[in-house]
Amino acid sequence: MFTSAILGVGVSLTVPLVTRAIIDGPVTRREIDLLLPLALLALGLSISEVILVWVRRWAQSRAVSDLEATLRHDLYVRLQSLPMEFHTRWQSGQLLSRVTVDLSTIRRFMGFGLLFLVINILQLVVVTILLLRLYWPLGVVVLVAAVPIILLSLRFEKKYLAISRRVQDQQGDLATAIEESALGFRVIKAFGRREHVKAQFDDSAVKLYGTSIEKVRLASRFWTFLGVIPNLTLVIVLLLGALAVGRNTITLGTLVAFITLMLSLIWPVAALGTILAMAQEAMTSADRISEILDTQSSLKDGTDELTKPRGHLRLENVSFRFTPDSPDVLHDINLDLPPGTTLALVGPTGSGKTTLTALLPRLYDVTGGRITIDGHDVRDLTMKSLRNAVASAFDDPTLFSMSVRENITLGRPDATEADIQQALQIAQATFANELPWGLDTRVGEQGMSLSGGQRQRLALARAVLARPAVLVLDDTLSALDVHTEALVEEALRNVLAETTGIVVAHRASTVMLADQVALLQNGTITHVGTHAELLATVPAYRLLLAAEEEEVHA
Amino acid sequence: MTTTQQTPQPQPTSAEESWRGYAEESDNELSRATTVRLKEQSRQLLFDLLRPYRKLIWLMVVIVLVENAARLAVPYLVHLGIDRGIPPILAGEGSRDLVIVVGAVLASALIQAYARQVFLMRSGKLGQTILLGLRRRLFDHFQRLSPSFHDRYTSGRVISRLTSDVDVIDEMLRTGFDGLVTAVLTLVGTAILLLTLDLKLGLLALLSFPALFFLTAWFRRRSVLVYRRTREAVALVIVHFVESMTGIRAVQAFRREGRNEEIFHGVNDRYREANLESFRINAIFMPSIKGVGNITIVAILAYGGWQAYHGHVTVGVLTAFLLYLRQFFEPLQEISQFYNTFLAASAALEKLSGVLNEEPDVAEPLQPARPERARGHLELRSVQFSYVDGVPVLPGLDLDVPAGQTIALVGTTGAGKTTIAKLVARFYDPTGGHVLLDGHDLRDLTEDDLRERVVMVTQENFLFTGSVADNIRFGKPGATMEEIVEAAKVIGAHDFIMALPDGYATAVEKRGSRLSAGQRQLVAFARAFLADPAVLILDEATSSLDIPSERLIQRALRTILADRTAIVIAHRLSTVETADRVIVLEHGRILEDGPPETLITTGGNYADLHQAWEDSLA
Repeated sequence: MFTSAILGVGVSLTVPLVTRAIIDGPVTRREIDLLLPLALLALGLSISEVILVWVRRWAQSRAVSDLEATLRHDLYVRLQSLPMEFHTRWQSGQLLSRVTVDLSTIRRFMGFGLLFLVINILQLVVVTILLLRLYWPLGVVVLVAAVPIILLSLRFEKKYLAISRRVQDQQGDLATAIEESALGFRVIKAFGRREHVKAQFDDSAVKLYGTSIEKVRLASRFWTFLGVIPNLTLVIVLLLGALAVGRNTITLGTLVAFITLMLSLIWPVAALGTILAMAQEAMTSADRISEILDTQSSLKDGTDELTKPRGHLRLENVSFRFTPDSPDVLHDINLDLPPGTTLALVGPTGSGKTTLTALLPRLYDVTGGRITIDGHDVRDLTMKSLRNAVASAFDDPTLFSMSVRENITLGRPDATEADIQQALQIAQATFANELPWGLDTRVGEQGMSLSGGQRQRLALARAVLARPAVLVLDDTLSALDVHTEALVEEALRNVLAETTGIVVAHRASTVMLADQVALLQNGTITHVGTHAELLATVPAYRLLLAAEEEEVHA
Repeated sequence: MTTTQQTPQPQPTSAEESWRGYAEESDNELSRATTVRLKEQSRQLLFDLLRPYRKLIWLMVVIVLVENAARLAVPYLVHLGIDRGIPPILAGEGSRDLVIVVGAVLASALIQAYARQVFLMRSGKLGQTILLGLRRRLFDHFQRLSPSFHDRYTSGRVISRLTSDVDVIDEMLRTGFDGLVTAVLTLVGTAILLLTLDLKLGLLALLSFPALFFLTAWFRRRSVLVYRRTREAVALVIVHFVESMTGIRAVQAFRREGRNEEIFHGVNDRYREANLESFRINAIFMPSIKGVGNITIVAILAYGGWQAYHGHVTVGVLTAFLLYLRQFFEPLQEISQFYNTFLAASAALEKLSGVLNEEPDVAEPLQPARPERARGHLELRSVQFSYVDGVPVLPGLDLDVPAGQTIALVGTTGAGKTTIAKLVARFYDPTGGHVLLDGHDLRDLTEDDLRERVVMVTQENFLFTGSVADNIRFGKPGATMEEIVEAAKVIGAHDFIMALPDGYATAVEKRGSRLSAGQRQLVAFARAFLADPAVLILDEATSSLDIPSERLIQRALRTILADRTAIVIAHRLSTVETADRVIVLEHGRILEDGPPETLITTGGNYADLHQAWEDSLA
């Protein structure tokens, strides 16, 4: 790439020489025979220049677009592997702006900026050397003029780096505002809060505008200086040069040659400003991207494999906090679930039930104690075998904009049609077969819209289909009507008979799926027992589960 | 619903994309007529964006002219300095002339610098101003459009339009006028100079124009297609990216990473290929322009040399001609570069103008009614509605809800409960009949009047980045902290909020991931309570609550709903039974209608449902 670029520059410099030869030879010295060969030479050179440019651009186009795609791919892979802790900390708009804006900034710089930078600097150095050789005192003047340019560039670089970082971060904030306005559109609409959200968006947009203007101001000053310094140098050179000619130190021809050469520096110097700005932005972008690529996952993958998981789950003195300086969300949790048993987890809103279930597949790591499956600490297991062993259906069922089939085979891509139908049957989700394209119908945000209950049933089918050793159901049946719920529960009984289950339950009917019930209060398990035992002996439990009945008959 | 949705037919996507499944949308292929209309639209939009700044733009052209004049004066002054300034010195007559010339060079350098500074500043600012205007306009428009548009368009595309497409236009505005104006000026000026210098040689040089024209036409044709593809490809990348990141919990729990990686690789690769192709078109176009220039120069050189040999032109003219010819082709490169960013931006402008031309299905009234104080009397008069033509969800519904009454809608999936809720909240307009609030058709109320009176809470409890207090305040911007706390207390959310690390100031983080589903619902309830509407719609709003919270809410509901009209949709009969009146729906028709106590005894669907529920509690 660079070879063809340098060759190209070389060729374009020789074309004027041929031109001179034609004017000196055939025209001036009347050697008409030379006209044709020289013209052909010029033609050959011109065409080879074009070909060299073409080769360079062609080669570059693949290299650059591959680079961008690879970086984006790496970013995506890295982001997917980073733990929940990272994702709750980062605004997704900031991630999005890195994948789009920052990558195209880098592409632009690699696309032409970098090359021009190299060529321009090369040209500057070569011409300056030529000038020094032509007449060194004037050459020194030019060299001295380079000092403020370099100093200014360094100063500019520092400032511009800071400002473009701010611009890019604010672009990320703006992307976040945009993302929320799009994802939360229905809530905004329902409350008629368009103006309110607009004001927030406006805030971000105006901030970005302000910083961009600051950037423009800085750049315009710098670029103006880059334009004016060569011109001021010209004034000095002209003055001193003319005086030198007057004192017969140099010939008029030398002065003309000197000035002509010098004038050829004006454009590369001026362009340097734009290119340096581009380079700064690309560097900032690269920084922002490496922030993610360099983030080490706080969850280290283990090495142990669970070949035939039986699903013996133990929690030993488990405690958990989201950040080191926040209080414990869970503490002193001890549970022992032999293979095949099902535990119902009951507790008031915010007692930590969902957090507890998130610890099993290591969406978060325990901050104290340990969790074991079949005797292996979950942190010693490979993510793959751990998450093969544990499948969850969450309280808010996430469906992706893909076919039903793709959505429910998430945990088990090799499931057969019979497996799928069975899972749908268990989850009472056979409605999926009646969708316009059956299981190939796209659901999720970009496809068929399904009701909350339908989405929950698909999410349940997904968890069941994974045939895990440990099945976690986090309030999965909340959006189902009583009738469907009863059918699902009936079917689940068979599934749960074969696996170890943890069921987060708000209803007595769901609790009945379990052999044992654990009552979670204020971040720890206070009571374990059967439903009947707890109902009889623990008032807090009664309050949680029997309230409904009382309420009705009250 | 005019522009983006061309064909109602289902569009099966190609084989390697079977993961996407099928849906009723066509995102890619456009008819020729559409293409032409899109082009016009995008041009119109660009014009609209620039129009308010006409004067400033002309001013900038003048500034560029001054700058260029000053720039071009420098070589001429140098020439004067050498020809007129030096001889007197050599002749020992002093350096007065030289000093004058040098002074002039200095002056033109300073004028040039000043003009440049002003131009860069002004044009940069203008570009950013236009961009800010465009962002505001787009954002506002998206928020103005109906839910049905958003259902169809999806959030990923909205995000893509507002980020990636706007950025492309930003790039055009930044590389913008500067190069273009200078380049066009040089081009035109040089062409005139060439023709006056020597007509024959000049005409020979102009022979290159058809070639340039042809090349540019080819370039435009190819680029338009490629850039359109680029915009669509990048939208898909963004859609997939946003979905993966917002659903990261499910992705990780189900080890979805590998498959996602494959899929992302697919969409990313498609984007890469579109990029690669546009690079390649450029890789052909740019050198070709240079090639035409080079060949023209050689032709002039050969023919001019011949002419000079025969004495038809002087060597001086030929030299000047060749020098100017270089100057003529140089800016062409720059113009092509600008043209390139312009075409890229056009593709983005097409997409944006498509969106901006969308009208909300649910339009603001031209002559809004002026409703008196809201009472909350709701009436549905033979309301018809269908999402898909020919499949009515509501075949003609009559329902009268007196002010202050709480009704519960009961029925299986597809009975039309949510549809009624959405019609009353005016997410959609009925395809037939009227929905009236206090005697006014909803279509006659302004959005502000309507939203002040009707608020809907769904199971989609979206929380925005910010604190818990901010999220409750969303129901009533400007609410004091006391009001917020009061609302939370009434709903029963106060205790759990106080238990959070920073109480009301606790940040809810991304999409409320640290609050449990039940807690999010409580916050959403507090939000709705604070909004204090005359009509409150609760669509499955209590489903994730545990029993104590639900009981709290139910107690609260009695106070909250006492003086307002409410529509409650819930599958839990405990919630349903708090209503004054229960309506059992099937296929959009009312089967049973009456107070819950009565319906239980009359032995219909509701009585059966009630029995099943009683059994489940045992």
